[in-house]
Amino acid sequence: MPEFRAVVHVMLRRSILDPQGRAVEGTLHRLGHAGVGDVRVGKRIELTLKGERDAVLAQLRQVAERVLSNPVMEDVELELHEIDGA
Amino acid sequence: MSDRPALPPLVPDGAWPDAPVGAVPVGVVVDRTKSATFGLTPEEFDQVVGHLGRLPAAVEAAMFGALWSEHCGYKNSRPLLRRLPTEGPQVLQGPGENAGVVDVGDGWGVAFKMESHNHPSAVEPVQGAATGVGGILRDIFAMGARPFAVLDALRFGDLATARTRYLLHGVVEGIAGYGNAIGVPTVGGEIAFHPSYQENPLVNVMALGLLRHEELQSGTVGAVGHVLLYVGAKTGRDGLGGAVFASADLSAASDADRPAVQVGDPFLEKLLLEACLEAIQAGLVAGIQDMGAAGLTSSVGEMAHRARLGVDLDLARVPRREPGMTPLEVMLSESQERMVLTAVPGREDDLIGLLRRWELDVVPIGVVRDHGRFRLFEGDELVADMPVGPLNDAPTYVRDGREDPAASAARERALDGLPPPADAGAALLDLLADPTIASKRAVYQRYDHQVMTNTVVLPGAADAAVLRLKGSDRAVAATVDCNARYVGLAPRHGAALAVVEAARNLAAVGATPLGVTDNLNFGNPTVPEVYFQMAEAVEGIREACLALRTPVTGGNVSLYNQYRAIEGVRAVLPTPTIGMVGVLPDVRRRATMALARDGDALVLLGEGAPSLGASSYLARVHGLEAGAPPTLDLAAAERLVTTLAGLVQAGLVDTAHDVGDGGIAVALAEMAIAGGRGVDAELPANLAGHDDAARDVADLFGEAAHLALVAVPEAQLAAVTEAAEAGGVPCHRVGRAGGDRIALRAGALGLDVALADARDAFERTIAEALA
Amino acid sequence: MPHLAVLRFPGSNCDDDARHALERVTGADVRFVWHADSDLGGAGGVLVPGGFSYGDYLRSGALAAQSPVMHAVRAFAERGGPVLGICNGFQVLTEAGMLPGALARNEGLAFVCRTVTVEVQRDDHPLLAGLRRGQRLRLPVAHHDGRYVADDATLDALEAEGRVVLRYLPAADPDGNPNGAMRDIAGIVGGRGNVLGMMPHPERAAEALLGGEDGVPLLRAFARAAGVSA
Repeated sequence: MPEFRAVVHVMLRRSILDPQGRAVEGTLHRLGHAGVGDVRVGKRIELTLKGERDAVLAQLRQVAERVLSNPVMEDVELELHEIDGA
Repeated sequence: MSDRPALPPLVPDGAWPDAPVGAVPVGVVVDRTKSATFGLTPEEFDQVVGHLGRLPAAVEAAMFGALWSEHCGYKNSRPLLRRLPTEGPQVLQGPGENAGVVDVGDGWGVAFKMESHNHPSAVEPVQGAATGVGGILRDIFAMGARPFAVLDALRFGDLATARTRYLLHGVVEGIAGYGNAIGVPTVGGEIAFHPSYQENPLVNVMALGLLRHEELQSGTVGAVGHVLLYVGAKTGRDGLGGAVFASADLSAASDADRPAVQVGDPFLEKLLLEACLEAIQAGLVAGIQDMGAAGLTSSVGEMAHRARLGVDLDLARVPRREPGMTPLEVMLSESQERMVLTAVPGREDDLIGLLRRWELDVVPIGVVRDHGRFRLFEGDELVADMPVGPLNDAPTYVRDGREDPAASAARERALDGLPPPADAGAALLDLLADPTIASKRAVYQRYDHQVMTNTVVLPGAADAAVLRLKGSDRAVAATVDCNARYVGLAPRHGAALAVVEAARNLAAVGATPLGVTDNLNFGNPTVPEVYFQMAEAVEGIREACLALRTPVTGGNVSLYNQYRAIEGVRAVLPTPTIGMVGVLPDVRRRATMALARDGDALVLLGEGAPSLGASSYLARVHGLEAGAPPTLDLAAAERLVTTLAGLVQAGLVDTAHDVGDGGIAVALAEMAIAGGRGVDAELPANLAGHDDAARDVADLFGEAAHLALVAVPEAQLAAVTEAAEAGGVPCHRVGRAGGDRIALRAGALGLDVALADARDAFERTIAEALA
Repeated sequence: MPHLAVLRFPGSNCDDDARHALERVTGADVRFVWHADSDLGGAGGVLVPGGFSYGDYLRSGALAAQSPVMHAVRAFAERGGPVLGICNGFQVLTEAGMLPGALARNEGLAFVCRTVTVEVQRDDHPLLAGLRRGQRLRLPVAHHDGRYVADDATLDALEAEGRVVLRYLPAADPDGNPNGAMRDIAGIVGGRGNVLGMMPHPERAAEALLGGEDGVPLLRAFARAAGVSA
């Protein structure tokens, strides 16, 4: 059965204040990095899944959108890579 | 979880690996030239060879090195610590177990201990402080006590520097992250700043736990045939060699040591805590020990030693987080949130089932034998075999100490001729803004100080934390104290003053002191000037604890707290932190420092003149760390403590504050700020024997060993005075509460500042540093 | 008389406090329900307590919201049973979809433990029976993720339906909104008004000895809604 490595990127929605991003940006500015802007802090979650690609993608979407993120305040981006030789 | 597989059967005795006694372990043998690698001197290495009758394998050398380190073996401090009083009718458990226990009445005992995590916090403040909290909490629940309060004594360098702010931020975040999550309130502590801690901060954490007398546990393996159960997190390479690490000097190499820092998991610890306490209450546990410094080596070694028995461990069974770990790495790992338990015979399955219901990994890893040896197997192969006794009995050293002439010169420096402050009000505001004196509100608001709903006196409201005992009228009070500037100038005197301050703080909330845990933070003990500080400080603690009837039931020694200065390696200020626990018989009769009523009479209790020697005023205003610390009369201190606690317990006083850093002026200002009402006071002319302006300054800002302030309604003044004098404690009425200004006069010197300005000065410093 | 259930997740740490306060204030029989249980044992009301369920890993309350007991709680609420979520309990209820919105990291980024003033916005819900509209309560907060967030449509709907029931009062105290919550929201109701989520801790303000009793009416209202004659 094919095996996949998935990466789920979780970011606060644009409409939700990101105080961590704001704090990091302020620090970068204080350090003199004047051109830096729009800093946002999110998280990256890695997992492996087994199955056919379509089924795996559907499962990944479900996991990412219903458990790994909270759609009220977060958006997700997904990556799916087949693991060679699995 | 319901879908867990059925329990595997406990390993039957015959299935444990075995070898004839005297068999030689396999593995790389090390010789004397490698001794330093294992934290042993060449002479200590020779002793190891003598105990083994052969050269050690690497894992054996490392285990001796770890258990003979200062952190585990107290090799430089044990002869000194034997001087401390440890007994009293209130002591249920003295030194030697995971924590001391004192009787607080109604069948309740309080387990308490303080431990340092200085070096881990220096390299990674968040995890260093967090795992410091986790470690001391495990010591408490290993006694069968439910942790119910944490206090921290923290020391940092210059708050104006980025490094100190980074460390302060990180340490506070670490304490908050761990304590808040596990649900044990952080109820008090102290934070002080001095340049000597710039590179080497101190993070001393004290925890208290509550137990019924009959629930008191022991860290023992139990009896021959008992199976040792490994419970909790898997073993990784974290904190490898931490015990050696904690005892070695901290140098530039520490940055490269970063991977050795342990990472804490308060969630797992919460499960361990609940599971262990439930198992103890169910009567399933014969022995229990936390894996702290030196991990499996010290925990299993100490359990075997207490029982005077031997242990065979099968390392192949130890759950591992990483492949390829050597026996040495497994035995010395300091992965957090791990415990060793032994079951009451016949109840093994019940114990394992209970632990697994809390979703904990439980693995039988060894068996208790009667051979008196600590043997390690990797599967069927014998990899180590050491006698339990010598392994746990580090050689001790009594060294020669001598006082640093610079310290005695500073102490004896004449302080006459210092000009009085041009503006005493400005001096008061400056002292209130001093980081050591300033409000720590911005810190303790990051700590959950109310979870468990026992916190009767909130942080910052009084000199000590007060926690009620549910189902009893009683309450427990706790404090941590040490004025290290005093100890630096006069170690014996200063350490005694730390004990006296702790007792004064307990008395100021109405508690009778019961016992002490100490955390001795010093530099390199092989430096005679440092050894002198240690030896003298221990004598000072001894004298004060005897006078105050507060035995020392446990503690921790942290050495090699030092930094590289231009002129060479320098030690931090000697800092013997004193943690003290007391009891209030009736929680309704307690005191805070907050002025509660306009018109209350302000009364100064106690004897002895305040003096400027070693004071915060000298350090802050004149940049001078000089002079002798306040004169100490232990009998007078004992009278003040007993009398003040008695006044509160009799219901005569509900507002009290000890005179400490910054003297009477700062003490009154703190009472005014806490209560939101001003003060108007005139210090008695005979207080310090007025003969010049310097004495007026000393009256306002000088510090003292046995003075306290109380505020009482006029109607109660006569009763308070009578009761105090009956206790042999002089009283002076000095003023009244009310208004919105802090107005003080001492002889020719006076000050008058707005309460709002004082509050602003007091609140701003730490809030800005943490913003 | 029915009993009250207090849920226990691994990592809950205000479970004992909630039981102690409910027993003391209402005299009710209070029982713990373990997260792995799938029924509530006939309880008349369910309190979801504070703490760090599952370490608050992933997101506060997210893993607890997936535990077996929450199916039972959801069904209980759908039948009209009273549910009170406090702090982490509020987070669990939003993560379980039983209340709208979410609780995000405090605007100040740090954990905050202090007493705040909240104003009661409604007195026509059973879980606020006995309180007055406009009444001010002094209640402790202790959280890292207490910033109530939702999209504007949700917020407008909550306001229009009268489901914002507790609000911080920055007007009365410059630090009055401790976490940056949208529209100063400290507590909301959902379902048919039988599910209340709030960040402040009424169980910590249930004894004068501990500094205040302003949480008592909320605990009493919960018990009465559960059929306990408190």
